[in-house]
Amino acid sequence: VTDNNKETAESKIWSFSVSPFLSVCMTNCPTLIVTVGLPARGKTYISKKLTRYLNWIGVPTKEFNVGQYRRECLKIYKSFEFFRPDNEEGLKIRRQCAMAALNDVRQYLSVEGGQVAVFDATNTTRERRGTIIKFAEQNGFKVFFVESVCEDPDVIAQNIVQVKLGSPDYIHCNTEEAIEDFMKRIKCYESSYQPLDEVLDRDLSYIKIMDVGRRYLVNRVLDHIQSRIVYYLMNIHITPRSIYLCRHGESDLNIKGRIGGDSGLSARGTEFAKSLRKFIQDQNIKDLKVWTSQMKRTIQTAECLGVPYEQWKSLNEIDAGVCEEMMYEEIQEHYPLEFALRDQDKYRYRYPKGESYEDLVQRLEPVIMELERQENILVVCHQAVMRCLLAYFLDKTADELPYLKCPLHTVLKLTPMAYGCKVESVYLGVDAVNTHRDRPEVRIPGCTQKCLSAEDVDIMNPHKGCDITYIDTSTSILTPSLISFLSLSGSRHGRHHAVFFFFSCLLVSQLCRNWSPIFRITQLWGQITGSLKDKPLKFRAKTKLRL
Amino acid sequence: MELPQLEHVRLRRCDSAASVPQFCNSPTMIVMVGLPARGKTYISKKLTRYLNWIGVPTKMFNVGQYRREAVKIYKNFEFFKPDNEEAMRIRKACAAAALKDVTAYFTKEQGQVAVFDATNTTRERRAIIISFAKEKGYKVFFVESICDDPEIIAENIRQVKFGSPDYVDRDIDEAMEDFIQRIDCYRASYMPIDDERDRKLSYIKIFDVGNRYLVNQVQDHIQSRIVYYLMNIHVTPRSIYLSRHGESELNLLGRIGGDSGLSPRGQKYANALATFIKGQNIRDLKVWTSHMKRTIQTAEALGVQYEQWKALNEIDAGVCEEMTYEEIQENYPEEFALRDQDKYRYRYPKGESYEDLVHRLEPVIMELERQENVLVICHQAIMRCLLAYFLDKPADELPYLRCPLHTVLKLTPIAYGCKVESFFLNIEAVNTHRERPVNVDINRNPEEALQTVPDHI
Repeated sequence: VTDNNKETAESKIWSFSVSPFLSVCMTNCPTLIVTVGLPARGKTYISKKLTRYLNWIGVPTKEFNVGQYRRECLKIYKSFEFFRPDNEEGLKIRRQCAMAALNDVRQYLSVEGGQVAVFDATNTTRERRGTIIKFAEQNGFKVFFVESVCEDPDVIAQNIVQVKLGSPDYIHCNTEEAIEDFMKRIKCYESSYQPLDEVLDRDLSYIKIMDVGRRYLVNRVLDHIQSRIVYYLMNIHITPRSIYLCRHGESDLNIKGRIGGDSGLSARGTEFAKSLRKFIQDQNIKDLKVWTSQMKRTIQTAECLGVPYEQWKSLNEIDAGVCEEMMYEEIQEHYPLEFALRDQDKYRYRYPKGESYEDLVQRLEPVIMELERQENILVVCHQAVMRCLLAYFLDKTADELPYLKCPLHTVLKLTPMAYGCKVESVYLGVDAVNTHRDRPEVRIPGCTQKCLSAEDVDIMNPHKGCDITYIDTSTSILTPSLISFLSLSGSRHGRHHAVFFFFSCLLVSQLCRNWSPIFRITQLWGQITGSLKDKPLKFRAKTKLRL
Repeated sequence: MELPQLEHVRLRRCDSAASVPQFCNSPTMIVMVGLPARGKTYISKKLTRYLNWIGVPTKMFNVGQYRREAVKIYKNFEFFKPDNEEAMRIRKACAAAALKDVTAYFTKEQGQVAVFDATNTTRERRAIIISFAKEKGYKVFFVESICDDPEIIAENIRQVKFGSPDYVDRDIDEAMEDFIQRIDCYRASYMPIDDERDRKLSYIKIFDVGNRYLVNQVQDHIQSRIVYYLMNIHVTPRSIYLSRHGESELNLLGRIGGDSGLSPRGQKYANALATFIKGQNIRDLKVWTSHMKRTIQTAEALGVQYEQWKALNEIDAGVCEEMTYEEIQENYPEEFALRDQDKYRYRYPKGESYEDLVHRLEPVIMELERQENVLVICHQAIMRCLLAYFLDKPADELPYLRCPLHTVLKLTPIAYGCKVESFFLNIEAVNTHRERPVNVDINRNPEEALQTVPDHI
């Protein structure tokens, strides 16, 4: 038991970590990343992914999509004619939009404390890039160009289907119209496109990505952040695949309500491992890799799968230091100040002689990099670790991360799609304790009662209050996938599948007492039987993950 | 449900490659390409050192060495003339011999990566290597160095060629002239990797010592790591200063680990360090410490900005934290013996191993490569790991490298290696170095175990 007074001064210094990335040789110069490329070359995909990655590792980053500014200015998009190089009015508006976006960039980097801004636009002319460079020089920003060059018509068509058809620009068009207009739009840019030139632009810092990552040209990487960006861009790919995340089966310490430690599986945990094996086999996944941590409970879970698996020390659970193997009540009794400090800032709080979530993110970064390189993969890990990984894939903030729900005996299947990630949650039907502790309502240090309000070791109803929802974080994932699905399978079969889909969701939501999938499916159903082709579905841009 | 083999593994605490994921199943051949004096051997040696340090068994095969063994005495550049049939035959035979040794390394010695260091400037030669690798099932990754800056080339020649066995008895101007003509022999038949015709090959082209890179078809994790590493190294002259914190209170008591402050002598050292650093007159020095009090207090005395890295924290001794060696022998005699048996891989219960340390120090090494002048104030085990990287020490020597308190090591990369200068700042401190005892058996008696423990209060 530590002396509470001593706890105060010392723990204030050591209790909270500083973003490890920020403490590594950050120059004072903010960085402006500028995308370059014809439409449908993946610029926005790269921008969003890069922004998500940089924010996750602790570098405040924001993207500025000039197309958004144009939509706000123009309100209604008529046709590709707006983008014709001889459309004076159009050119004027587009230049204004770029300027407005740059102004916001300046605001973000110079005033709001941002570190990186991603300027997402075609920037296909040397003149436009010259303007940006001058702007950056005036404001003391470093510039790094990311150019995407691709001539493969299949890749371009796939891009258009995945993200352009659902764009606000084409809400009122049918598929063929949209594709045709977009192709003409690309043509408008082609004649004036001046790619980054090896000779003329040899003093600029840039990476040219050719054919979706088959080849890269990297010029003049100036500093640590540019080096990390290049490394990241060279590791991502767009081959379709799924990432399965789950925790180990219920452990003996879980049952006792104790955190950390290195115990083995309980009887129910072993049952989960067996169910996991069946689930994986039924999923019929091609070339699945399996990763675990180096702790008994994940290894024992993976052993039941009967396939080779790799152990990563980086996937070990967060080290709770002096609080290892304690119950929350014991922590409250022995380290009340620590307990309260943790609730104040769970992301940055570091257990004495232990770790913080922020430390976890730093040690998980190589895992994320390798996950990006991989294809189908199952990661058997721990609660805090899974929260960090999930936050990366679903773009959750540091504030939300430590409170993401990752219940035992539930597998999350993440499938990257369009600009985001589709999440499917599958509870494998084996009961387990609930180990989730919500953010307490009152966070005053020393106030003991409320701090323990959410403690809930509930064996009977592990998913009380959990919703299982079909979620996406992009504007319109369901539309193009459903359209292509239906058109591929022929309308009769498609209708059968849609009916089955509807009733499964009905059943699932009954089990969880949540009706939101039903509303969504009903919307869908109406559109399927109605004039689907004329009215693509609209979804909210960002749906919160609720489990 | 306890799996029997799991218990056995925990007891041995020698999960060797467990902290490092499987990089690839097929061995990889890294093939250098480029005219002489383009830094191929420099890159080969550095890459080999880095890969071995992170735990990927790698070996370098320098065809020039094979040639020196075949042709005992080097006369002059005429050997390399493209019309010299006799020489051509010898050179081809040397390349074939080297390839044979590559096979032996992969199949008999469980090597993972082989670096084939030669000019490989013709398509024909590269085609031979490609078909050799295809036949054996090895992956091939080319590293081509292209440079036309005459100053860089001259500097290369000065730094490494003059000391070469080929030019042992020549004077400098003679050697320089001969070498330039040697380069010209290759130039006529040099066919760089072609971006069009070779688009199916995996390669990285390095232009002008890292000004620009072209990367094509990276196949797997190890190639991605190699590319990342190559893009972070540079040849700008600089020095790396490594030092431990000043003597700490726990050091005096002979206790390991913990997070104590400096002793009075330790504080004196911090001041002496400040004086020393000022005296060295280092341009743009960066200072790094760990998150532990003793390194931070040492850095504070310097009066300059410093950055704290959690990755530089001392090895976590788990249940043995803050114990003396005598106490460890008393409470955990078996653990103590296991550690002496394999100090590199041994992991303290609830703690770390040296192998884990290397894994967590890898980002530090990568950043050290990017930086120029740096002073790293760290701890004994950490300093051993960093030193082993720079001085290419293998895993069994690493845990026994001498890193005494109150001594600064100045590392200056030079030619193919690292020059080391050691500065003892004349402030007395306890000795914390424990040599490997003679008897490492689990059943040894306490005197044998504690034979090499240094003195303390």
